[in-house]
Amino acid sequence: MTRVLEIELNGERRADPIEDNLLLLDYLRETVGLTGTKTGCDGGECGACTVLVDGVPRLSCLTLACSLVHRRVETVEGAGADGMLSAVQRGFHEKLGAQCGYCTPGFVVAATALLRWNADPTDDEIRAALGSNICRCTGYVKIIEAVRHAAALQSKGVRARVARPGSC
Amino acid sequence: MDVLPNFSVTHAASIDDIVRARAAAPDSRLIAGGTDLMVNIRRGIVAPSVLIDVSQVAELRTIRADADAIELGAAVTLAEVAAHPGVQQHFASVAEAAGSIAGPTHRNMGTVGGNLCLDTRCIFYNQSEWWRGAINHCLKTTGAICHVAPKSRGVCFATFSGDLAPALLVHGAEVEVGGPAGRRIFPLERLYIGHARQDRPFSETLGDGKSYLGLRPREFVIAVRAGRTPGLISGYDKIRIRRSIEYPVAGVAVALRRDGPAFADLRIAFTGTNPRPVLLAGTETLRGRSFDEESRDRLEALVRDQVMSMKTTFTPGHYRRRVASVLARRSVARLFERGESD
Ligand SMILES: Cc1cc2nc3c(=O)[nH]c(=O)nc-3n(C[C@H](O)[C@H](O)[C@H](O)COP(=O)(O)OP(=O)(O)OC[C@H]3O[C@@H](n4cnc5c(N)ncnc54)[C@H](O)[C@@H]3O)c2cc1C
Ligand code: SF4
Ligand code: FES
Ligand code: FES
Repeated sequence: MTRVLEIELNGERRADPIEDNLLLLDYLRETVGLTGTKTGCDGGECGACTVLVDGVPRLSCLTLACSLVHRRVETVEGAGADGMLSAVQRGFHEKLGAQCGYCTPGFVVAATALLRWNADPTDDEIRAALGSNICRCTGYVKIIEAVRHAAALQSKGVRARVARPGSC
Repeated sequence: MDVLPNFSVTHAASIDDIVRARAAAPDSRLIAGGTDLMVNIRRGIVAPSVLIDVSQVAELRTIRADADAIELGAAVTLAEVAAHPGVQQHFASVAEAAGSIAGPTHRNMGTVGGNLCLDTRCIFYNQSEWWRGAINHCLKTTGAICHVAPKSRGVCFATFSGDLAPALLVHGAEVEVGGPAGRRIFPLERLYIGHARQDRPFSETLGDGKSYLGLRPREFVIAVRAGRTPGLISGYDKIRIRRSIEYPVAGVAVALRRDGPAFADLRIAFTGTNPRPVLLAGTETLRGRSFDEESRDRLEALVRDQVMSMKTTFTPGHYRRRVASVLARRSVARLFERGESD
């Protein structure tokens, strides 16, 4: 069945004709063209596809787009604003929380939700909140540091301009 | 990734909507969080023509727990159960079980109904279509034999791994179901028929890893409820390969009441071992005893008799049974000690 999906995506209202059997992940990547959200596994095991629905982390690879009529969806593309990195993005950038980077969008989204609810999480709380996300590169130590750093930046209200490629 | 098969989605707003949608499409399936069903659809294990999304049905969203009773609607999320102060305080096993399921993002999606009706699992079943095709499938889908027990005579041993069921069973929970003939309420234990007996024909009350739920055609879960037994304390623990996201190798729920140095009541239930959650029979023989050597031996014997050791996962079957036994002993010891100070 085809229907029109009215949805709020990264603060913008949209209406797209979609099929009932379209996954939110494929809607974002194929229909809208936001490829920041990654497909990492067979379904449900890696967290690379994490997005926020009404502010709560969900796996977009197991979510049907047609069930999100009038809901609010945020992807990694919505994290920064006006060409500035969000505190979480800056945390990952400055503390080397990303290596190959494939898992990073999922971690950034999950960490963003965490820091909204809990501005000063302990390491255990960070680990617990990122428990649905898998990283094959970093060994997680740098990711925990990145989120801790992000919490400190957030508390100071710091944002950063996106670094141009090549300018360290 | 396999492309999803064609299906349409009905968004139910009431219990009646679900009944009607089920009647209109007999091969329809309910979907709540989708964390089990969508995976199976993606793997080509099931291909329903209609999905009935029940996640927004108001009546299924009830959550209540206090010193007297607990009620969880089928569409309440696991995150909501784990965070509910009344559940935490008075039905600890339920909160602990809910909080240990999959990972935090999964718990925002996964629901009570989906967890109670979770499909059974097996290393030969939870695989992609081509993987299963390469070994000619198995009994649980379209194949002729069971790869875990090739001489099983038509019986599937796929394991039930839901964590909430044992945690609710030790509180004597009842389940309410709805369907074409109206509603009925029965003990939660009877929802699970995966006895996997090779010596008796299958029936409405006797099934296996394939036919594991005691639901009649087109029935679905509405809610689960339990009263609180005064003085009963409970807990949940599980062993898994990774601590963050993983089904249990074995999970155990314990509820007990102490009378001085002895058990006044003891209930133990397992998941992740048999094609059904197992409420251990015979624990009443420990009443009046303390948790001494003899009690521990008796407990181990009960586990040995009732917990299966089929190799449906990566760990050897006997390891699973050993783990179940050790977990039970540890949990009982922990609660027995706490019972003294309560
Ligand atoms: C990586 C990963 C790890 C996991 N780890 C665990 C774990 O440790 N422990 C665990 O228990 N589970 C685990 N799960 C499974 C799953 O996330 C949970 O069991 C969850 O509670 C399922 O609920 P759901 O609402 O998402 O189910 P859905 O996928 O929506 O439904 C599951 C099944 O129940 C049926 N159903 C749903 N609602 C009803 C109803 N009201 N009445 C009748 N039938 C219904 C559906 O038709 C389907 O067959 C894991 C899943 C993943 C992907
Ligand atoms: S136990 Fe069930 S799912 Fe596993 S191989 Fe046997 S028939 Fe298939
Ligand atoms: S793509 Fe791996 S969890 Fe969604
Ligand atoms: S940085 Fe490569 S998977 Fe995480």
